[in-house]
Amino acid sequence: MSIKTVNLIFKYSEGTQFETRALDDINIEIKKGDFVGIIGHTGSGKSTLIQHFNGLMKPDKGDIIIEGKSLKAKSTKLKLIRQIVGLVFQYPEYQLFEETVYKDVAYGPINLGLKDNEVEERVKYAIELVGFDYKEVKDKSPFDLSGGQKRRIAIAGVLAMKPQYLILDEPTAGLDPAGRNEILSQVEKLHRKSGITVILVSHSMEDIARLVKHIFVLNKGKLYMEGTPKEIYSQSEELKKIGLGVPQVVEIMKELKKKGFNINTDIFNIQDARDEIIRVLGSNLNV
Amino acid sequence: MFKNITIGQHYPIESFIHNLDPRLKIVITFLFIISLFIINNFLAYSLVVLFIGTVIILSKVPFLMVLKGLKPIFIIIIITFLINIFMTSGEVLYQLGPLDITREGLRQAGFMGLRLILLIIGTSMLTLTTSPILLTDGIESLLNPYKRIGLPAHELAMMMTIALRFIPTLMEETEKIMKAQKARGADFESGHLLKRAKSLVPLLVPLFVSAFRRADELAMAMEARCYRGGENRTRMRELGYTRKDVYAGVFTFIYMALIITSRFIW
Repeated sequence: MSIKTVNLIFKYSEGTQFETRALDDINIEIKKGDFVGIIGHTGSGKSTLIQHFNGLMKPDKGDIIIEGKSLKAKSTKLKLIRQIVGLVFQYPEYQLFEETVYKDVAYGPINLGLKDNEVEERVKYAIELVGFDYKEVKDKSPFDLSGGQKRRIAIAGVLAMKPQYLILDEPTAGLDPAGRNEILSQVEKLHRKSGITVILVSHSMEDIARLVKHIFVLNKGKLYMEGTPKEIYSQSEELKKIGLGVPQVVEIMKELKKKGFNINTDIFNIQDARDEIIRVLGSNLNV
Repeated sequence: MFKNITIGQHYPIESFIHNLDPRLKIVITFLFIISLFIINNFLAYSLVVLFIGTVIILSKVPFLMVLKGLKPIFIIIIITFLINIFMTSGEVLYQLGPLDITREGLRQAGFMGLRLILLIIGTSMLTLTTSPILLTDGIESLLNPYKRIGLPAHELAMMMTIALRFIPTLMEETEKIMKAQKARGADFESGHLLKRAKSLVPLLVPLFVSAFRRADELAMAMEARCYRGGENRTRMRELGYTRKDVYAGVFTFIYMALIITSRFIW
């Protein structure tokens, strides 16, 4: 099972002189259980694309198949699609509205028409999933929490619907490094524990690099590249052409290799890079 | 969902009308509205149409764009028209069940309908040809004399500018929050009235919160740049009358004179 787009085309301001193709013939497939990244510049079409994944936007041409259900088919219920595919928008903390954390997280499950005890169970599950103590936080006002905490509660609001796919649009935007790590490690843990499919959208290679297993690069509404991080980062020249870079770590490793060090360049995070540099330097020192 | 609002929209091009002083344009618009209430016969309407027609042609705004401004009040015009047709007593022309269509009613309905249409076209010509910033500058300048009796002219104008500036921002925000709540299974479209009103809470609360946050941030940013009300404040763009304004003024004067005489002659 998967999310699959078929020749997906979406146009803005159709029929006027401002007509632009926000999405131009996109064919991708995101398999269940995967951890993928969608990367591209502002205006590359990533936000438009993910809004198609849960039926908030409808394609002008082409189709999207979600778990075997075509979005074009009349029998497909949008509410069901939105339950299967959970979408966390950019700055999700701005959607909080209830008096207590409990009520806010319960909003989604209640909309699904679940029974009270089931709602409570799901709220507890979701709040704990994003790393909070349920008892401690449930009666607090969401507006009293810090920025990073608010964001985690907002993510819990989507998780409480028990989606099979979780889309996160720029989940680290506007957070400090500590908040960024907090969110990303939560997401990583979530994927590992519950096996949920995660689609991470970002314009920063740094964020995506250390987590995802598969990357889609969008540029001007078209699919520019696709592959494993290793495959993508080996084409750093191509990425620079569209204004994207490779993560700094990869850059450093490549530079070191150029300088004649016998170093492994398939390294995407700082920890591994440190170990590799020590290994190489160590062997050099021994000589 | 908000894409069809044209009232108060600016059509930014260069033209004779666009380049007139905003103060003059506001005054002319007022005179135009007054003229609509002075006239008492259909012949005088030809004068009004001639005047507003000249303005539209000089402004180079596409006629369709001008007509679009009528869309939101279309229903009001129709209702006014119907009420006037049926509710005026006089010589009966045609009977429609219990309702009479009278000669006077028909005349009255046509008169009122035309007045409403011209009123909207006239005022939308002001907003179509004047940028919101110039408009508030003009209002401020016109209100200045009343400062002596305690009217905070500058503050009022500043408030209007800020309000206008944030309309598109808040609309964008509304759409965003709506989508976010829809992604959590919200339903804004179905159900009876009470349920629908209730479903707006998850939309309105975040919207208000963000409006207050934005207001706070803006106030802070203005203070950080030492903003202090109207007293001794200079401006980047000084308003000033040119020869064009004189022509427009004379043209309007002749128009008003004709309108007033029309009342006595016809």
